[in-house]
Amino acid sequence: MTTADPLAPAVAGSAWDRLRGFAPPSRFLPVITTFALLVGMFGAGAVRYPGFSDPQVVLNLFIDNSFLIVLAVGMTFVILTGGIDLSVGSVVALSTVVAARTMEAGWPPLVSCVLVILIGCTLGLLMGLAIHYFDVQPFIATLAGLFFARGLCFLLAGRPLPIHNKSFSGFAEASISLPGGYYTTWAVVIALLIVAVAAFVLHRTLVGRTVYAIGGNETSALLMGLPVARVKVGVYVVSGLCSALAGLLFSLYMLSGYSLHAVGMELDAIAAVVIGGTLLTGGRGFVVGSVLGVLVLGTIQTFISFDGTLSSWWTKIAIGVLLLAFVVVQRLVVRRQP
Amino acid sequence: MTQMDTESPAVARGTSDPVIEMRGISIAFGGVPALDDVDLRLFPGEVHALMGENGAGKSTMIKALTGVYSIDSGTVVLDGEEQQFSSPAASQAAGISTVYQEINLVPNLTVAENMLLGREPRRRGGIDFKAMNRQAAASLERLGISVDPASELGSHPIAVQQLVAIARGVDVDARVLILDEPTSSLDADEVEMLFSVMRTLRDHGVAIVFVSHFLDQVFEISDRMTVLRNGRLVGEVLTEETTQLEVVRMMIGHELAALERLESASGAGVDRSARPVLKALGLGRKGSLEATDLDVYEGEVVGIAGLLGSGRTELARLLFGADTADHGSLQVEDDRSHLRSPRHAIQRKLAFSSENRRAEGVIEDLTLADNMLLALQARRGWMRPIPAAMRTRLVRQYIEALDIRPPDPNALMRNLSGGNQQKVLLARWLITEPQVLILDEPTRGIDIGAKAQIQQLVADLAQQGVAVVFISAELEEVLRLSDRVVVMRDREKVAERLNDDLTVADVLEIIAGSARQEEPSDA
Repeated sequence: MTTADPLAPAVAGSAWDRLRGFAPPSRFLPVITTFALLVGMFGAGAVRYPGFSDPQVVLNLFIDNSFLIVLAVGMTFVILTGGIDLSVGSVVALSTVVAARTMEAGWPPLVSCVLVILIGCTLGLLMGLAIHYFDVQPFIATLAGLFFARGLCFLLAGRPLPIHNKSFSGFAEASISLPGGYYTTWAVVIALLIVAVAAFVLHRTLVGRTVYAIGGNETSALLMGLPVARVKVGVYVVSGLCSALAGLLFSLYMLSGYSLHAVGMELDAIAAVVIGGTLLTGGRGFVVGSVLGVLVLGTIQTFISFDGTLSSWWTKIAIGVLLLAFVVVQRLVVRRQP
Repeated sequence: MTQMDTESPAVARGTSDPVIEMRGISIAFGGVPALDDVDLRLFPGEVHALMGENGAGKSTMIKALTGVYSIDSGTVVLDGEEQQFSSPAASQAAGISTVYQEINLVPNLTVAENMLLGREPRRRGGIDFKAMNRQAAASLERLGISVDPASELGSHPIAVQQLVAIARGVDVDARVLILDEPTSSLDADEVEMLFSVMRTLRDHGVAIVFVSHFLDQVFEISDRMTVLRNGRLVGEVLTEETTQLEVVRMMIGHELAALERLESASGAGVDRSARPVLKALGLGRKGSLEATDLDVYEGEVVGIAGLLGSGRTELARLLFGADTADHGSLQVEDDRSHLRSPRHAIQRKLAFSSENRRAEGVIEDLTLADNMLLALQARRGWMRPIPAAMRTRLVRQYIEALDIRPPDPNALMRNLSGGNQQKVLLARWLITEPQVLILDEPTRGIDIGAKAQIQQLVADLAQQGVAVVFISAELEEVLRLSDRVVVMRDREKVAERLNDDLTVADVLEIIAGSARQEEPSDA
């Protein structure tokens, strides 16, 4: 440690020494890297574009990506167990369609929401059961889910369905004023609540620790007497639930249901989780990382809209480069371990 | 530790009632009996060694006790009450914990979590990590293990992880602790550490089942032994009333005699005036083997000795064409063309059994018969399938000749013990009727009975005129079998000696090496 150095001048400020000597546990490193990247991108943006440093830009980042945050939370559960869920984008679309369709038929928004959530959980449950009890590869089971949910959307509505329900659109448009003239939306509050609950579950409950244990070594987890079957199926239910909630937030954001909503959004969610430092092999990662991952993706988009001259496809290129960089960094981290 | 017997509370050892009594346990897999009418008694405050060769049924016995396998017939009595454990969780709940050879913990969680998950302390609806670390620290200290409970398990060496696994095991208020080969990856100090933990637990009245291949360790720590052979009970003995020799005899039965008889089998009548069947001239490959000369004659066993990484395996692979040589030549009979691939080598009646049985030998998901016929099929080419009648005849013949168990051609390879897998691999090559048989570590990790059989087989093959290149880390074995010994060091052949009165010490001296011994060989 630094204090062991007898030659160090005593007045050099122990605070600085402590700061310099501070080595975060290696499992936090990927999240810290993502955070540093985010801060760096913001710094660059603030220097380059006037108005980028406005706090409202940060708040908008959350507003425009609240659904993706929720989606990434669900995806984090799945990826921590070493699985993957490709169905989430389709389930988001299905949720918007079901919400729009039922409200069009005069259902109260709350009942619509409950139905949407039930559908999401059921789809997740079915995929989870197939994965655990029939040993279907998560990739295949959720690919089936992807096609199934997307197909169901078209069956329910081939065209965009606007949502006219007064209380629903009222809730969507309501903004929460913050001191200093800034504002945010209820969707952001809901998303952050979900993040908090997810973080608590993952780190403070047996279910959460079992999620990590399964990702570390499933056979061992089983022999340790942990509830492997329930949790392994459960993460897909959680992902289905999060997809349904994200679908509702997306309905609030778009005020419409459409079968072509959220095409490829599962890939954004996976990208966010990976950029957030969660290992695709499972067992390592944090929900907070995934939130940071979403914000990184959002910041790239903000960059492009502030610049105005860049094609929006640059977003995809930047995401591609970042993703590759993070996966390579992760490989290096894993390889260093014995 | 001589006073331990008098200090232990189990002075009434053997007179108190057993905590577990298994009676007449039988288990069969697909009709093949793995256990046949076996009894086991475990007394509190006693270390009970379960002895037997690979495939004798030790693991099956443990898995029967812990509820991993269901029992076909027989009873398990716990504290006088008959029990049926349907799952590992059920047996754990009854106070039986198991620590397996491969550590069944989760490396990405902390030491404390690994010890206490499943019964973690809670506070305000969540896991109370402070209390958890405190509890873990307390039980680690009680066992004399110094590890930070909040550190990640994966950051510790295997030995520490093993001890943590034991700490978890006994933390579940274990009354029976099963340790399956716990010392295989530990060094001497760590073994001592483990033993002191075991003694502490025993003195607290825990019944410990100890499975180990190391006889010395078994005799140091155990109070009682149950010996199994081929799925049957041979007997239960008190450690202080028996000897190592006696136990080995119980474990392997008649087969020990084969090992002793072998001494005289080798060495007779090799004709080195004829043309060698395999002649390597300056064979080498950059970065793996210096230029090496080697002649192998008909009916001769050439032993290759050397340390791990000395170039033994590299030489074998070059001889077989598994790696391509970049200089030198290899002559098989009178054919001088380069060996391009193992396929090519097989066509010239070469055979090579790799040291890496699992990765380069057996195909676990195929049957015994399929595994056995792979090389023959490779030589015939895929256009000419082996007729069914011939398949059956060959497989049956070799199962019988090599005493492979279970003698079922349709048994999945993964269900065979290491020794039997090795025999199937040998059969695979013998079926091709090779002229040159290259065996890399054919007896590693298999039990002493199978080992003796394989050694006998090698000697017999040489008598029949097969040229054998025999590689082993065990010098005794090399010397016992070989007519000639080649010693490798630092990827180079450093000596070649006729095995007249060569001793292990001689070979060791060459391996240990000095400039003086690098003079040209006298063979």
